[in-house]
Amino acid sequence: MTSVRTRRERSRRPIDEYLLSEHQLEEMYYYILLARRLNERMLALNRQGRAAFVIAGAGQEAAQVGAAMALQKGVDFVAPYYRDLGVNLVLGMTAREAMLNLLGKRDDPNSHGRQMPAHWGSVARRVVTQSSVVTTQFPHAVGIALAAKLCKDPIVVMASCGEGSTSRGDFHESLNFAAIHHLPVIFFVENNGYAISERTEKEMPLEHVADRARGYGMQSAVVDGMDGIAVYQTVRPAVDQARRGGGPFLIEAKCYRLWPHSSDDDDSRYRPKKELEEWSRKDPVKLFRERVESDGIFPREDLDEIERRVEEEVREAAQWALMQPDPEPEDALTFVYREA
Amino acid sequence: MPGATVIEAVRVTLEEVMGQDDRVFIIGEDVEAGGVFRATEGLAAKYPGRVIDSPLAESSIIGISVGAAHYGMKPVAEIQFADFIHAGFDQLCSEASRWCYRTRGEAHLPMVVRTPWGGGVHGGQHHSQSIEAYYTHLPGLKVIAPSFPADYRSLLKAAIADPNPVLFLEHKRTYRMVRQDLATEPGESRIGRARVTRRGDDLTIYAYGLMLHESLAAAETLSRDGIECTVVDLLTLLPLDLETILEAARAPGKVLVVHEDTLTGGFGGEIAALVAEHAFEYLDAPVRRLAAPDVPAMPYHHNLESFFMPDREKIARAARELAAY
Repeated sequence: MTSVRTRRERSRRPIDEYLLSEHQLEEMYYYILLARRLNERMLALNRQGRAAFVIAGAGQEAAQVGAAMALQKGVDFVAPYYRDLGVNLVLGMTAREAMLNLLGKRDDPNSHGRQMPAHWGSVARRVVTQSSVVTTQFPHAVGIALAAKLCKDPIVVMASCGEGSTSRGDFHESLNFAAIHHLPVIFFVENNGYAISERTEKEMPLEHVADRARGYGMQSAVVDGMDGIAVYQTVRPAVDQARRGGGPFLIEAKCYRLWPHSSDDDDSRYRPKKELEEWSRKDPVKLFRERVESDGIFPREDLDEIERRVEEEVREAAQWALMQPDPEPEDALTFVYREA
Repeated sequence: MPGATVIEAVRVTLEEVMGQDDRVFIIGEDVEAGGVFRATEGLAAKYPGRVIDSPLAESSIIGISVGAAHYGMKPVAEIQFADFIHAGFDQLCSEASRWCYRTRGEAHLPMVVRTPWGGGVHGGQHHSQSIEAYYTHLPGLKVIAPSFPADYRSLLKAAIADPNPVLFLEHKRTYRMVRQDLATEPGESRIGRARVTRRGDDLTIYAYGLMLHESLAAAETLSRDGIECTVVDLLTLLPLDLETILEAARAPGKVLVVHEDTLTGGFGGEIAALVAEHAFEYLDAPVRRLAAPDVPAMPYHHNLESFFMPDREKIARAARELAAY
């Protein structure tokens, strides 16, 4: 299931070291499922007219969860992009907080109703605040890594984006600088096949984003992004290596955007039905459950129990969040500047 | 000649602040070698590892500073010429200026972007620009444009100490033009404060950077002819010192706003609007603006450049007309 390509031969630790424990596998399934069920409920709230906008990560949950689980929570930084609900859940965002964020509620920890939904940010969880302008978070990730290097702090920064973002100048400037200064940054590209309506071949003349690493003398890998375990086993060695001073790494997770770009998009205008059907068979949520079930790692009842738990958590979170206070209008005037 | 030039004031301030605070580091093009204007000369040797040459990529110079500031460092980025900063506009506009606001104060960015601006050095279209009008439209950012060495020193110190992103504009024509004794000059300027540099009863001139010096020279000439000017050094363009601006307008009741940038959409429009809005009853004449003509950019040849730029003669002429109104 895993395909790993690297530019140079590098000493790879035996894969056993990166085997996931039963507990970690359970955790992985929980987060993958939680991300999907939250996004489904969010879309339902949108269709009911209760949420103005949804931008989701359906099809990319395994990649997000697998990558985030390779990081040290509360130590490593993440500069995510708007589809990265799965990353945020692993780093500690609760279902309730995700719903507060969707509804732009006063107590949304990400921006307190100041940004569109799915624009993450948490100082405590080391999630860097982001804008809608894609790839602007990449230099931020590099700057954090540079600062940590100056302070001799052994942290790693993961910057993530979709493949569409890799066309922007900030992508190239960031990879270039990180490679020159040998900084501990994992550039994690969730290649979901589409930049809104534009297919990958309109975004780049290459099959793999990972091939762009060659231009920066950077190591890279391609991994099946529908397989959370493979993603973890690819990202984790790169994280460990970066922490030891081994420099940056570009990892491309091949995913698929199962949903339209956003709640305002109609993908039937540009996406062949057959293609969607084919990729739906590789739905990472379904795939993960099938795999752990057929491997006999978990009895069916245990997995059913996780599903029930997630369903209940999402239902409760939505109900609770809808009743939470909205921001006061005059709050729009506050925090333009930080007081000295 | 006694005293320090503007560029010396910048350099000694950077040296001093870096000695006081390990979190301060410099990043930019050619900064390790001292920079094209020598603002960082000797600093790489004195503070190894804390003066970092960047590739020629302005967006990442600013974006990397954003990340480092978020981590708790105090980056001082240098954009070699203000004309090159626009590649980093997105990082200042969409990111740095909104960081505090969009996190509702949870995060903030103690960072400074220094850059030489302005004309009069035969820099042509891409080494002469006035960029302040673009960047003063970004609440959340602070924009500073001093004129005298002592103010460069105190305001650069204040900018580095400030918890917000600051764009620090250094007028390149004045780098070696003005001297001031940094030890005896008070240098009490603070971010957000303008200064009345000269008092006169006939009219008020507002300026910053090179134009402040030209305005003071014009005021000197006018004084010999019995026209007395108040001259206000704006110092901080964002946030503006409304109180000082209005107080200076009221008594003379005639106002001339001078800047080197082109007229339409230039920063002078903001001063003119504020005076018209809040001091209308005190005015004895329409607010007058003196700026460069509305052509795309400052041209290269001396004849063209000096025609383009406002100077002491043009200021004096405009002031005489206003005084006679």
